Amino acid sequence: MLEVDISRRFGDFPLHVRFTAETGLTALFGRSGAGKTSLINLLAGLERPDGGRIEIDGHVLFDASEGVDLPPQKRRLGYVFQESRLFPHMSVLGNLSYGMRLRPASERHQDFHQVVDMLDLKPFLDRRPKTLSGGEKQRVAIGRALLASPRLLLMDEPLASLDAPRKNEILPFIERLRDEANLPIVYVSHALDEVIRLADTLVILSEGRAVASGSVEQIMSRLDLRPLTGRYETGAVFSAAVVAQDDTFGLTELAFAGNRLLVPRLRMPEGTSLRVRIRARDVSLSLTPPADISVLNIFPGRIEEIGADGGPQADLLVDIGVPLIARVTRKSLHELDLKPGKKVYALVKAVAVDRPSLGQRGTEIRS
Amino acid sequence: MWTLTPFEIEAVRLSLRVAFWAVAGSLPIGLLTAWLLARCDFPGKSLLNGLLYLPMILPPVVIGYLLLILLGRRGPLGSWLFDTLGVTVAFTWKGAAVASAVMAFPLMVQAIRLSLEAVDRRLEQAALTLGASPARVFLTVTLPLAAPGVLSGTILSFARGFGEFGATITFVSNIPGETQTLPLALFSLFQAPGGEAGALRLMIVSILLAMAALVVSEFLARRVAARIGG
Repeated sequence: MLEVDISRRFGDFPLHVRFTAETGLTALFGRSGAGKTSLINLLAGLERPDGGRIEIDGHVLFDASEGVDLPPQKRRLGYVFQESRLFPHMSVLGNLSYGMRLRPASERHQDFHQVVDMLDLKPFLDRRPKTLSGGEKQRVAIGRALLASPRLLLMDEPLASLDAPRKNEILPFIERLRDEANLPIVYVSHALDEVIRLADTLVILSEGRAVASGSVEQIMSRLDLRPLTGRYETGAVFSAAVVAQDDTFGLTELAFAGNRLLVPRLRMPEGTSLRVRIRARDVSLSLTPPADISVLNIFPGRIEEIGADGGPQADLLVDIGVPLIARVTRKSLHELDLKPGKKVYALVKAVAVDRPSLGQRGTEIRS
Repeated sequence: MWTLTPFEIEAVRLSLRVAFWAVAGSLPIGLLTAWLLARCDFPGKSLLNGLLYLPMILPPVVIGYLLLILLGRRGPLGSWLFDTLGVTVAFTWKGAAVASAVMAFPLMVQAIRLSLEAVDRRLEQAALTLGASPARVFLTVTLPLAAPGVLSGTILSFARGFGEFGATITFVSNIPGETQTLPLALFSLFQAPGGEAGALRLMIVSILLAMAALVVSEFLARRVAARIGG
């Protein structure tokens, strides 16, 4: 477990962050300028905190009061940079084995062939980094960091410099890394869809502070954090499992908390667990059970909380077994007299649940 | 007419030896100095930087004279060298190598420093996070990436040392077989009656050697650049 409580002043910008990261993938989410990269550099030892403490699995990496400040090469934290930073004068193989050879065999916990297979690097081993595409470079960078057998992997927006197709190409590899490498990961990102797809735990950074942390489901159902997670992106996240395929209409049925959700066909075996995000703007509310309507997913529920800030729209937290967020106009709020405690029906169009709002969990992916 | 006399061959060989040892001796110090200037901040950095360029802007005779004062048998450094190591520098070929090294030093350091400054420090950080010590990072990342500059600095200073004249003649005089390098022999031939043919031959030799150095350096630089893969 990584325990962080550090402060550092960058000019006018004070950073004071406190969070813990356990097994699985912990995402540090924040807008540009929230201090994400600075924080990760402080963790890696590339910059020095003014005060505080960093500890991982009982090893103190930094402690201002005890005068401990391990240099980066002694911290054993793998670092995947935004711009891969591969060594141009070495082959892919040379890059991959650079950190591995520095680690005594008894301390290595990653197997070279397994990592090469997992990241599908075999075809490139003899190539030079400059002949690789951006996504391929990032895969090599992940493999290189992993093969140094770190205690934890730091990833600083590893997808930020890639275009959308490259991102989708590499996301499954990161999911496999999370599920197979058995290594805690701290993943910095400003892209909510990545975070929702990948993270187990979410830490929200804002103006140099960790303002909230918890499971992705918890954080995403908090109406008070909407300004930080992005208004347009607001939407509840919950876990579901594939239970049936409807071949006639090309639909897939997902089960969650006693409910069924129909979504466009997912080529995944039954039993696959995944994470679903339903954006608030894709949810409508009705006071009576609607009939003769094209919407396939209708969930009875109860209004828990209303977040309105005087703008033309309001977000409502509706309990349908899991928290769901619905965005309606303030006019509807007024005309339907929507209040906490009131029973409503939440309507979700099946076609609104698209591939990017689904993240596969815990099963092997062969794309 | 086109064959070198033993006297001329001696001068060419001596020049090559002097230039070789000048480079070999000053390269480690040059690397260290270039690294200090490129990567470190310390008090007196601009003073060191200024001192470094003195051999380029002072008259070579002044440098030669300073070396003589410092390294002569009775000079502070020269007497120490003789008393503890039994080494005499003044008026020997070793002194010629020292004079060449000092005169070529700024060229060498400048080339190495520029190439060190061009190495992406983010790559060095990446190597650190992979567990490499700073010394290993220097040897496995910084130095290979700076290799073209180190190479051109080495060849430039070799060529400069090969042709050194003013500081050499002042410091170690013009002793045939000991300190009479190619430029000094050329000078002597010009001065002696009937020496024009020998001078011409030595001139051709120095032009050929200089061209060869350029070609070799260009070839090596290309190979290194291809290997680094830019």
